[in-house]
Amino acid sequence: MTKKIDVEVSALLDKLVTDITPLLATNPIIIGIHTGGSWLADILHDRLGITEPCGSLDISFYRDDFSRIGLNPQVKASHLPMDISNRHILLVDDVLQTGRTIRAAMNEIFDYGRPASIRLCVLVERKGHELPIQADYCGMSLELRPDQQVKLCGPENMSLIIGDSKS
Amino acid sequence: MSQNIQYTGNGKLRHFLTIDGLRKETLEQILVTAEKFTQFGQRDIKKLPLLRGHTVVNLFFENSSRTRTTFEIAAKRLSADVINLNPTTSSTSKGETLLDTVNILEAMHTDLFVIRHAKSGVAELIAAHVPDHVHIINAGDGQHAHPTQAMLDMFTIQQYKGPFHKLRIAIVGDILHSRVARSQIHALNTLGAHEIRVVAPNSLLPAQIERLGVHSYTDLSQGLDGVDVVMMLRLQKERMHNAYLPSEQEYFNLYGLTTESLAAAADDAIVMHPGPINRGLEISSEVADGPRSVILPQVTNGIAIRMAVMAMILGGESNG
Repeated sequence: MTKKIDVEVSALLDKLVTDITPLLATNPIIIGIHTGGSWLADILHDRLGITEPCGSLDISFYRDDFSRIGLNPQVKASHLPMDISNRHILLVDDVLQTGRTIRAAMNEIFDYGRPASIRLCVLVERKGHELPIQADYCGMSLELRPDQQVKLCGPENMSLIIGDSKS
Repeated sequence: MSQNIQYTGNGKLRHFLTIDGLRKETLEQILVTAEKFTQFGQRDIKKLPLLRGHTVVNLFFENSSRTRTTFEIAAKRLSADVINLNPTTSSTSKGETLLDTVNILEAMHTDLFVIRHAKSGVAELIAAHVPDHVHIINAGDGQHAHPTQAMLDMFTIQQYKGPFHKLRIAIVGDILHSRVARSQIHALNTLGAHEIRVVAPNSLLPAQIERLGVHSYTDLSQGLDGVDVVMMLRLQKERMHNAYLPSEQEYFNLYGLTTESLAAAADDAIVMHPGPINRGLEISSEVADGPRSVILPQVTNGIAIRMAVMAMILGGESNG
């Protein structure tokens, strides 16, 4: 069973843009995590008026559950079109829960170089942290049961959907 | 038998022994995964954590430099621990001692054996013997199969020439002794190549080769007429125990790939060779080093293909 959350994604993005704007002083690079994070990163990139191209990461090759679930056949290539060494990075994902995806993304980023800093921006934060990773910029927090999952649908007319994990 | 042993009960790739019997989706997934891995070769830090903590043993009973090296690089780029062993064939010529060697290495908690052997069927023999958590990749067994070579060839063809269903491909040379040719033919058939030709003197063509779904030619210019891909084979001098050829010079005159003989192929045809090259025997230096040669890209692609196969075999249960 799924249901749409009665929240406008565009309103959440407005909030994020306002919150992130002071960070522009550091001339950040925006990197989105495939797939939902990449959609959001593209929008934030335009709204914030950043001229350098967006990066995107597919962290499949860095997941910590590879030996259990194997490779995702749909894995996409990561693409960081710039040198990230000594740069400030704004990492964007749709949902933060356990923090494992973010850990994998940071591992991958460090294989490209040593950034000056990494800040995390997520559309939705929910309970269930398993690692000491928090968002610096967060659209909204959601209280969900452990068997529920939240998903960003898009990239056109983006909406947040809540469903059962099994579905 | 081989098709069962290569997959687990739920259809995941467990061993990689021969292309024969593998599903088209499996081959396509290898190609797609390898495509992702090619980009890592261009990074400053060429390392992925996927196989961290896994032990890979390269067990080469027969000499090889590029295959062993690319397997080693591939495993190391995936963060595996790699051990290279070159046991002499003489000390392990009996089946019993061969399996003893494997048992001993397995007792050291090896996860994956990459095996090359001069005898056909050795990789499969070992695969049938090892417990569930141990995996085998065939890096060439006798005249039987060399599946990772075939897959890197498929990857290179796709990279330069696009979808297989449009392509005419000629495999030229020592078809009789070539495990590479057998694996290439199975791979091209599985991936749906438009036409596969084999070109060789009668003495180097296996009987009833056409049953594998190929057209055979004994004339080079007819065999190359209009093809999009020319896959040369190495003349295996070390396997030529009988008088298969009148002379090497005559072979080059009739079957050597030169600028002149290549003119029969399509204008944009690519030239491939699994190496090592016998210059002036099966191919002229002019062609091997020429603009249509993709021999060096083949070597580079070998790393990504071997990374893909290892990752698919050693990863968890959801792929395949």
